Amino acid sequence: MSEVTIQVRTAPRDRRFPTTNQTKHCWARYLEFHACSKVKGDDDPECEKFKRWYLSLCPEEWVENWDTLKEEGRFPGPE
Amino acid sequence: MNNILNFYPAVITTDVAENWQIGFQDPATPIMEGIINLHYDLMFFICVISVFVSWMLGRTLWHFEQNQNKIPSSLTHGTLIEMIWTVTPAFILLIIAVPSFSLLYAMDEIISPAITIKTLGHQWYWSYEYSDYLNEDDDSINYDSYMIPEEDLEIGQFRLLEVDNRMVIPINTHIRVIVTAADVLHSWAVPSFRSKCDAIPGRLNQTSLFIKREGVYYGQCSEICGINHGFMPIVVEATSLPNYVSWISNKLNE
Ligand SMILES: [Cu+2]
Repeated sequence: MSEVTIQVRTAPRDRRFPTTNQTKHCWARYLEFHACSKVKGDDDPECEKFKRWYLSLCPEEWVENWDTLKEEGRFPGPE
Repeated sequence: MNNILNFYPAVITTDVAENWQIGFQDPATPIMEGIINLHYDLMFFICVISVFVSWMLGRTLWHFEQNQNKIPSSLTHGTLIEMIWTVTPAFILLIIAVPSFSLLYAMDEIISPAITIKTLGHQWYWSYEYSDYLNEDDDSINYDSYMIPEEDLEIGQFRLLEVDNRMVIPINTHIRVIVTAADVLHSWAVPSFRSKCDAIPGRLNQTSLFIKREGVYYGQCSEICGINHGFMPIVVEATSLPNYVSWISNKLNE
C-alpha cells in the first residue's frame, strides 16, 4: 500500500460568490487556472492551487467536457 | 465499501423516519436544533391564540344567540376595538419574526469549509465526488450510491432507504456540499441535518453541513424526478475526522 498523505483542505470561500449558486465559482477557478498556467506554466505552485480548487468545485463531467472543448479549440471562454 | 461504523456497533444510531411519526427526527446539526426550538416557541403562540380566539367565538355564539337577542345589534364599527385587534396581531408577528429571521440568516451563513463534497442526482441514484484529494494517478474519489432492493435487504435494514455506498463525512467539521444533477431536477434532502437542496442540471448549489454527532442519517430525493423518484434514497455516515481521513486514504488506494 502506497503512502498518501491526506490534507484536509478545500477551495476557500470566495467573496465574489456569496450566494447558494456556485456555478460561476467553479467556472472562474477553471479560467483562473488556465490564465495562470499560460503565464507561469502548468506545474507552477501558484497555478496548481487553482487547479485543486476547480477540481474541488466542478463536477468531473464538466471538467472533462471543458478539457475536450479546449483540445478541439471550441472552448466557449477566454483561451 | 467498508462502512466504518460496522467496527463500532456501540455508536450506531439510526436517524430515520418512524412509523406514524408526526414530529421531527432527532437533530444532528446546530441549525436543525434551532429549527426545532423555533417550532416549539411558535407552538406556544399558536396555542395561546387558538384558545383565545375559540373562547371569544364560543362566548359570542352563546350570549348573542337569536332567542336571547330578539333585537339585533346595529353596531357596525368601533375605532378603538378595531385598532386593538389590528395592532395586537401585528405586534405578535413582529415578535416572532425576530428569532425566525436570525435563524434564516444563520442557515445561509457559509463558514470557510474544510471539505467539499459534490453530490450529483441521476435518474435514479445519487453519486458522490470527493475531489479535494488525488492519488498518484491523479484520480479522485467518485462513486454511485444505489438503493438496495427489497429482496437483498438484511435484517435490521430499512426498506427503500438503504444504499450500497453511503456518503461518508466527518463530524465537527465545516463541510461544503455542492449539489447538482446530471439529467433532471432532483433534491438532496436529509431531515436530521435540515438539508434540502435542489439539484439542478447545469447549476451548482451550495449548502453547508456541520454535524455534531456520529451516526447514520437517512434522507430521500425530494423533487419529483421520474418513475423511480421514490427509490433513490440518501444515506450519510458521519464519523470522526481520523476515521474519515483513513476512509479517504483507503478509497484513494483502491
Ligand atoms: Cu430524484
